[in-house]
Amino acid sequence: MITDTIFALATPPGRGAIAILRLSGPGVDTALSALGAGGLRARMASLRSLSHDGEILDQALVLRFPGPASYTGEDCAELHLHGGRAVVEAVAEALTALGLRPAEPGEFTRRAFEHGRMDLAQAEAVADLIDAETASQRSQALGQLDGALSRTYARFRADLLKALALVEAEIDFPDEDVPDNLARMAGPVLDGLIADLRQALADAARGERVRSGYRIVLIGETNAGKSSLFNALAAREAAIVTPVAGTTRDVLDAELIIGGYAVTLSDTAGLRLSEDVVEVEGVRRARARAEAAELRLWVRAPGDAPGEAATLIQPGDLTVLTKADLGPVAEEGAGTVVVSTVTGAGLADLHARIASRLMADLAGTDFPVVTRERHRRRLVEALAAVEAGRAALEHGPEIAGDDLRRAATALGRVTGAIGVEDILGEVFSTFCIGK
Amino acid sequence: MKLKFDVIVIGGGHAGCEAAAVSARAGADTLLLTQKLETIGEMSCNPAIGGLGKGHLVREIDAMDGIMGRLGDVSGIQFRLLNRSRGAAVQGPRSQIDRRLYREAMQAELARTPNLSLRAGTAERLILDGNRVVGVVTGGGEEIRAAAVVLTTGTFLNGVIHRGDERIPAGRDGEAPSTGLAADLYGAGLQMGRLKTGTPARLDGRSIAWDRLEMQAADETPVPFSFLTDRITVPQIACGITHTTEETHRIIADNLGESAVYGGHLTGRGPRYCPSIEDKVVRFADKTSHQVFLEPEGLDDPTVYPNGISTSVSPATQSAFLRTMPGLEDVAVFRFGYAIEYDYVDPRELTPALEVKRRPGLYLAGQINGTTGYEEAGAQGLIAGLNAARAAAGSDPIVLGRDQAYIGVMIDDLVTRGVTEPYRMFTSRAEYRLTLRADNADQRLSPVGLNAGVVGPERARQFAVKAAQLAEAASLVRETRFTPQQAQALGLSVNADGQRRSMRDLLAYPGVDLTAFESAYPAITGWSPAVREQVEIDAGYASYLDRQAADAVALRREEDLQVPSDLDYAAIGGLSHEIREKLTLVRPLTLGQAGRIEGMTPGALTALLSHVKKARVAA
Repeated sequence: MITDTIFALATPPGRGAIAILRLSGPGVDTALSALGAGGLRARMASLRSLSHDGEILDQALVLRFPGPASYTGEDCAELHLHGGRAVVEAVAEALTALGLRPAEPGEFTRRAFEHGRMDLAQAEAVADLIDAETASQRSQALGQLDGALSRTYARFRADLLKALALVEAEIDFPDEDVPDNLARMAGPVLDGLIADLRQALADAARGERVRSGYRIVLIGETNAGKSSLFNALAAREAAIVTPVAGTTRDVLDAELIIGGYAVTLSDTAGLRLSEDVVEVEGVRRARARAEAAELRLWVRAPGDAPGEAATLIQPGDLTVLTKADLGPVAEEGAGTVVVSTVTGAGLADLHARIASRLMADLAGTDFPVVTRERHRRRLVEALAAVEAGRAALEHGPEIAGDDLRRAATALGRVTGAIGVEDILGEVFSTFCIGK
Repeated sequence: MKLKFDVIVIGGGHAGCEAAAVSARAGADTLLLTQKLETIGEMSCNPAIGGLGKGHLVREIDAMDGIMGRLGDVSGIQFRLLNRSRGAAVQGPRSQIDRRLYREAMQAELARTPNLSLRAGTAERLILDGNRVVGVVTGGGEEIRAAAVVLTTGTFLNGVIHRGDERIPAGRDGEAPSTGLAADLYGAGLQMGRLKTGTPARLDGRSIAWDRLEMQAADETPVPFSFLTDRITVPQIACGITHTTEETHRIIADNLGESAVYGGHLTGRGPRYCPSIEDKVVRFADKTSHQVFLEPEGLDDPTVYPNGISTSVSPATQSAFLRTMPGLEDVAVFRFGYAIEYDYVDPRELTPALEVKRRPGLYLAGQINGTTGYEEAGAQGLIAGLNAARAAAGSDPIVLGRDQAYIGVMIDDLVTRGVTEPYRMFTSRAEYRLTLRADNADQRLSPVGLNAGVVGPERARQFAVKAAQLAEAASLVRETRFTPQQAQALGLSVNADGQRRSMRDLLAYPGVDLTAFESAYPAITGWSPAVREQVEIDAGYASYLDRQAADAVALRREEDLQVPSDLDYAAIGGLSHEIREKLTLVRPLTLGQAGRIEGMTPGALTALLSHVKKARVAA
């Protein structure tokens, strides 16, 4: 019944010592052979040089677990890779090229159930994890891709919904006071959507690097010491650090490894009202970044009023009281760390707290390249269905409707589900239905 | 007077009639208890049956040998096949109905139905044995016992009519609501919601200037609702079309405060697809005119239903705005429009058999479940009545799948997702729209009806003939293959690519129909027009139907994973509070149904799946 072979990262993403990719399905042995790791003995670790298209990918420890005595009950394998992102990405891409696909959240577990390989307690324990995965994939989808791309996805969704509403209104309300040839009006909307989807896929194919999913943003009043802290954490002179208020007018990024996890640390403009056009723009970007981030560090100098930053803080964020070298600072609670970038006091503590937060947040999440591949497949599927639907407009709205519904299912996996209530809502708000 | 039946149906509206009829056909000794025998089969709102999605429902009711389609065929006075120029999957039969003809036909039909008794009276309360419903006490104090009770009482729960300043507690206009029965339902602790709907004024057709109106005629060749009807013999009439004017809108805008919604008098949610004229004026303020269809309610009845202007403003304002519309300058009004709000039972309280989970033996159908429309009501009545009769006989309930019938889509939507506005069928609700067509409803459902023993001998015979022809046709069109040369010899233009194509493939080409093959395969000339039509339609949609069939296999896989109905959701770990509550309310019977609950997550489904598997191992 199950014919496809799936893979997923079994270790947290980041620059750990090893990363384990787990494979399951009938195509495991074929895939192992294709990578140069064929003929392995069952349940024995073997060192193999994995290669694809003549290119060496990694020296990996490979384990093969033939079904049914495996985790899922199907043929399974584990590839223990050197943990660098480039290595994992390359192997994941090779597996995709060999016809495997990234697993959906919970798919390994589901397969394990299907083959009676998991008991009740185990199942309940993974349920939470699966939902966490789903949620984090969604936020990765919108977060790791920059703001422009998430707006693009929202536009895909809106365009498809609009086209569906036109087609469905033509079908379901022929006797109503609606314009003729509604379905034909969907043509230009779909043309635009097709062009946009093609563009997005072309961008992805050019191999634009997807940034690490995890973002940490420094926010605070001007001159609170954000840039000094940024430099201390980044351990390099990435930002211009001066005592003049309002120096960092744009957002500065640094890619760091904290506790083995790849993160993007961003320094932002001080949050204050300003007349300066450039600075106003800087504050706007700071807010947007802060809202999109997984973790915010609220940087406060002694005597800083709560100000704007207080409105951006979310539960679980950390408060960093800076300039401890200028005098004693009262510590304000569990989420607060006192540091001095001049003396270095408190920095190790801050580092450790960030690392433990990363551990808590990232356990069980997926690797960006895998998420990206999953999205790419959905977009390819959506594009094919939209193109078919566009062509079918000539043959009848009900045929186009069937194709567009498939597009909605595929796109909905990336942008959030598009259901019949969404379509009807669009119809009833666009047209006055009700004779 | 007899005091013991297998099934009691309460209410003589469209759900009740269909429920009583199917229960009796299934062989159950059935009582239809209704306030007044003379209002059985009354069309209390717009006298029309069918349309998109709704016409599909009527065909499906008919395929199970239900009565709505046949009665519509002997009372329809303006048949129109909607979307006639579009594909067969989205064509919907519709007709204006002569109210009197329909009512009389319904009463005659029920009077001659074996196993069915009709009695005038109210149901004052339910008789309980523990939580199980085992009968009703009538207004006259008799205790009537039955194995199952079907409640189809429309909008009687806390119904309030709003018209200008008036607030009238009521069911339909002029009918008293039943309070004892309502107390029983509230006492059962069921989740309830509140909805509203409205109706326009009824006009005296003799005061309308028809000669100045655009008219919409019936189809030249009426397409009947029922598979058993050869030809429509009722005289066909035309409807008039007028429109609101800027003056109409000004009068309504000036008197908005009188309206039930805009005056803040009611809280129920109204349907988005059937807005009052007040709603239209407010929400679509840039539109200076709205179409209004003037639909005669009968051949010899002067009453006219102005479709599109339901309203709850005062009679004076109604008179004023009606007279601003072309043709209605001197219109006389029989009865003014009103809004009605009422409580409904959250249909998630029901099983897919339409039985109340907390009151076994009690089945609900129609508006009480939050739906609107005669067809939606009739379809639920069919399923509720059928399953009540089956329960009385100790048989398992019949549940139709989403891939099988619009009826299945509707009931699954209701019991799984609940409603937020009066639920109406649209074809867009059906994922398998190309498969669930009006033309093949008999192929999909008559076998179900035959197995359940609710299909009479006449339909059984006719269906057997058609099924045999279709089987012969299916093998011929799939198995007969043509080289390009052979196809060209039949006058068909195909690429000379060496590909062999089946007759089914060739029928999907534009402009190709069965006549092209008649000379070579004379058997075709023996097929009935309905069979020929269906073969051509199936071929036209072939690739899409194959794809939907593959999807349906995946759906069935999930639907086959049954969830115990008494599962203790509190004992399942890994569920959020919200999901746990929803699961406890809906009590999905399959994993597929669980997945369609609003807000369901993959994790929760995984946890549920584990319990399903465990239950299977234990079983």
